[in-house]
Amino acid sequence: MKRNDRSEIVRDKDLTLLEKFYLPQIAKGLVVTIREMFQPKMTIQYPEERVVMTPSFRGRPVLVLENDVERCVACGLCSRVCPPLAIDIQAGETSLGKERYPERFEINMLRCIFCGFCEEVCPEEAIVMSNEYELAFENPKDAIYGKDKLLTPIEKLQPRLEFLRANR
Amino acid sequence: MIVLEPLIKIVFVILINLTTVAYLVYVERRVSAMVQNRYGPNRVGPFGLVQPIVDVVKLFMKEDIVPKAANNFVHSLAPLISLTVAMAAFAVIPFGDHITLFGHSYKLMIADVNIGVLFILMLSSLGVYGITLSGWSSNNKYSLLGGLRSSAQMISYELSMGLSIIGVIMLSGSLQLDKIVIKQGEYLGGFFPAWNIFLQPLGFITFVISAFAETNRLPFDLPEAEPELVGGYHTEYSGMKFGLFFLAEYANMITASAVITTLYLGGWQFPYLDQFGVSAMATSLLQVAAFGLKVVGVLLFFIIVRWTIPRFRYDQLMNIGWKIMLPISLVNIAITGLVILRPISLLYIAVIGLVSLLLIFFLGRHVGKIRE
Repeated sequence: MKRNDRSEIVRDKDLTLLEKFYLPQIAKGLVVTIREMFQPKMTIQYPEERVVMTPSFRGRPVLVLENDVERCVACGLCSRVCPPLAIDIQAGETSLGKERYPERFEINMLRCIFCGFCEEVCPEEAIVMSNEYELAFENPKDAIYGKDKLLTPIEKLQPRLEFLRANR
Repeated sequence: MIVLEPLIKIVFVILINLTTVAYLVYVERRVSAMVQNRYGPNRVGPFGLVQPIVDVVKLFMKEDIVPKAANNFVHSLAPLISLTVAMAAFAVIPFGDHITLFGHSYKLMIADVNIGVLFILMLSSLGVYGITLSGWSSNNKYSLLGGLRSSAQMISYELSMGLSIIGVIMLSGSLQLDKIVIKQGEYLGGFFPAWNIFLQPLGFITFVISAFAETNRLPFDLPEAEPELVGGYHTEYSGMKFGLFFLAEYANMITASAVITTLYLGGWQFPYLDQFGVSAMATSLLQVAAFGLKVVGVLLFFIIVRWTIPRFRYDQLMNIGWKIMLPISLVNIAITGLVILRPISLLYIAVIGLVSLLLIFFLGRHVGKIRE
């Protein structure tokens, strides 16, 4: 077959008589579409229904809160490893056994790239990626998440922690 | 009273038509969503029922942009032609028999023209002007291509459309749509409604296919083939001018379904209604309801077909129009003529129609060969 001969019709297989007649095939197609009409819907109607992400999902980073105390010892590794320099820590002293705690712990969510390096580098398993993905804010100032927004009870993060331990 | 009666009917029909158009868009979106396992518009109002109104408001608020190089007059005229023509065809369609109100008997159609079928054919061919002029006046390659395609397509399919109607006209012996409907009130062999779909299965198929092509619906929506022509003939239209084209497309669909119903599905005929023993008023209303129901059924068919079949290529379109549709409709006329020449009962016409359908079915194997 010549390459530029456009009148040549390439067929993978010879059509049967029924297929050549075309109308029964249309009817077949209609049956498919009509059957599909009564299948369950795939849409998740967002504000009312939400996708629950799997533990492997890297959502916004949060601080683990265990027994009402954050695990973080303010070593500064996360802020050091953070590629876009989104994390800002001010360490302080505490009478607890860990001796150090973050006085101020801020993540600029406009900068965060959800790489998960902070979580990987953390020696205390104190900062993990949650499964939250709703990050809208109206003001650039609101994008800086302080401790009030970051601290999350450990119960909520259990699936992610287990996932991390299983895949270390 | 002579002036008032048609006026009231016109207002009634236009109101019904426009609301149907608006909700047809809604139904189309919902049905397409269902076919694709989605929900479709369900946010505005209960079940999204206010969506059409919101859409129209949006279209009115939008800026109306006319290209600098466009012919402004023709550019504005084209959508008007499209919509007017689409709506006007409804004037001759009987949507009911008679209704008796306050001692007067009114015919349930706007204009009982004795050339009804010709009137519809004339208007549907006028519809090309709206599309072609819009394509030309936009001064845009893609629009022009869309317009040209539509004129070529419509001329090709007008032929088989007109020829398939001839079979119906031969059976009823009249161009008057009212008479065609009354003729379909008979019974085949005394029990089966003598709708033309059963007497003219071939004609019905060719007519429906041509109707799809005439209304620019998928699989024949080449004038607005989005992947090839940006938006087709209405690429350069925005705001309510685009809205008019949109309305015209759906108004055309309604008209086409109404014509299919009238010519082939028995119009307002409700089989065995006279045996139910309901009052005259209820009879007329039930007949109107039967007409509406049939039209809605055909419309749903239009919509579901759109979401089932992919678009034809341009050469395929022309091949089907000239090499298949035209001969089939001619064969249909020949068969109908033969049957009428030798007067036998309507049942035989149905049988012969079926036989001819099978004949075409076996001719189908040659359909592929024509192209090669």
